[in-house]
Amino acid sequence: MRIVKIIALVLLVVFVGIQFVPTKRNQSSVVPKTDFLLVNNPPKNISTLLQGSCYDCHSNNTNYPWYNKIQPVTWFLENHITDGKDELNFNEWDEYSNRRKNSKLKSIINQIKDDEMPLYSYTLIHWDASLSQSEKILIIDYMEQIKDSLQ
Amino acid sequence: MKKVKLITTIMVMAFVSLTAMSCKDGKKEVSTDTVHSEMNHDESMDHDNMSASNTMMDSNVQNSDAKQVLADYMVLKDALVATDKDEASKAGKKLESTLNGFDVSSYTDEQQKELKDIIADAIEHAEHIGKSEMDHQREHFKTLSKDIIDMVAITGTDNTLYQQFCPMYDKGSAWLSMSKDIKNPYYGSKMLNCGNVQKEIN
Repeated sequence: MRIVKIIALVLLVVFVGIQFVPTKRNQSSVVPKTDFLLVNNPPKNISTLLQGSCYDCHSNNTNYPWYNKIQPVTWFLENHITDGKDELNFNEWDEYSNRRKNSKLKSIINQIKDDEMPLYSYTLIHWDASLSQSEKILIIDYMEQIKDSLQ
Repeated sequence: MKKVKLITTIMVMAFVSLTAMSCKDGKKEVSTDTVHSEMNHDESMDHDNMSASNTMMDSNVQNSDAKQVLADYMVLKDALVATDKDEASKAGKKLESTLNGFDVSSYTDEQQKELKDIIADAIEHAEHIGKSEMDHQREHFKTLSKDIIDMVAITGTDNTLYQQFCPMYDKGSAWLSMSKDIKNPYYGSKMLNCGNVQKEIN
């Protein structure tokens, strides 16, 4: 029993300790001029959906809930955000060439169609971020429209 | 005491699993891949040297990059025709590394700008082909094909290429082939001969 107590104590110390390890937070109060929403100015319902379901990992500003400030959850999330921004950063939308915009839009459409985005591990916690069938159609139609206007 | 034990077990399990998840890093294979494909690169360059005219290669070095991109693209296309996911994924990775090493310095400024854009886009598609399922590979291959067609418009080609077109796949999709015969990379054996030659590129 003593051993169990010692292990528990050690774990507690480690758990408290890692809370003090600094991590870079994905937060920015500036929305650059190149932002998707600023450039395309979509209807309000579309921008709310995009901000609620995509922007946490695909922009420079994550809306962290309280439990995401606790390690090691934060580390796990940090990976997702880095990968997400690497693939697509809505804040940098207008820096992409038309060719690349076209590719990104195609991927957005396909990923939403195939239920690959938003990620299951994300909507599991952020149930408000998952998209209903009609919301999916709304976004897909809008993205198709933008894609057509590029050509 | 039983309670303490239970709590400890839960904490240990939670901690271990979370740590394991946060340390996940699936990008280790990249370095070995690069070495591997560089070796391939050399091999196929030798091969190209033998088949194509040597003077051409010497006078126009960057052309060998464009040539290698085309060669990799053809391997990928054939893997898709054969509906072979693993081969296609291998070919995608190879193409990705060739594109990464593409030297555009001997083109005009305007061409360089266009080429860099094409390459950046193509790299992304090749990368995804390297790690996706068959249907996704084909989705990306469509846009990749457009990139490669645009690239050839700038770099030119030593071999005659055939731009082919399947009207059925995703509202119509093109691809490049070295032979006139239609072998459809978007459907494979399901509709092997669906399509037509749109253009001959010399």
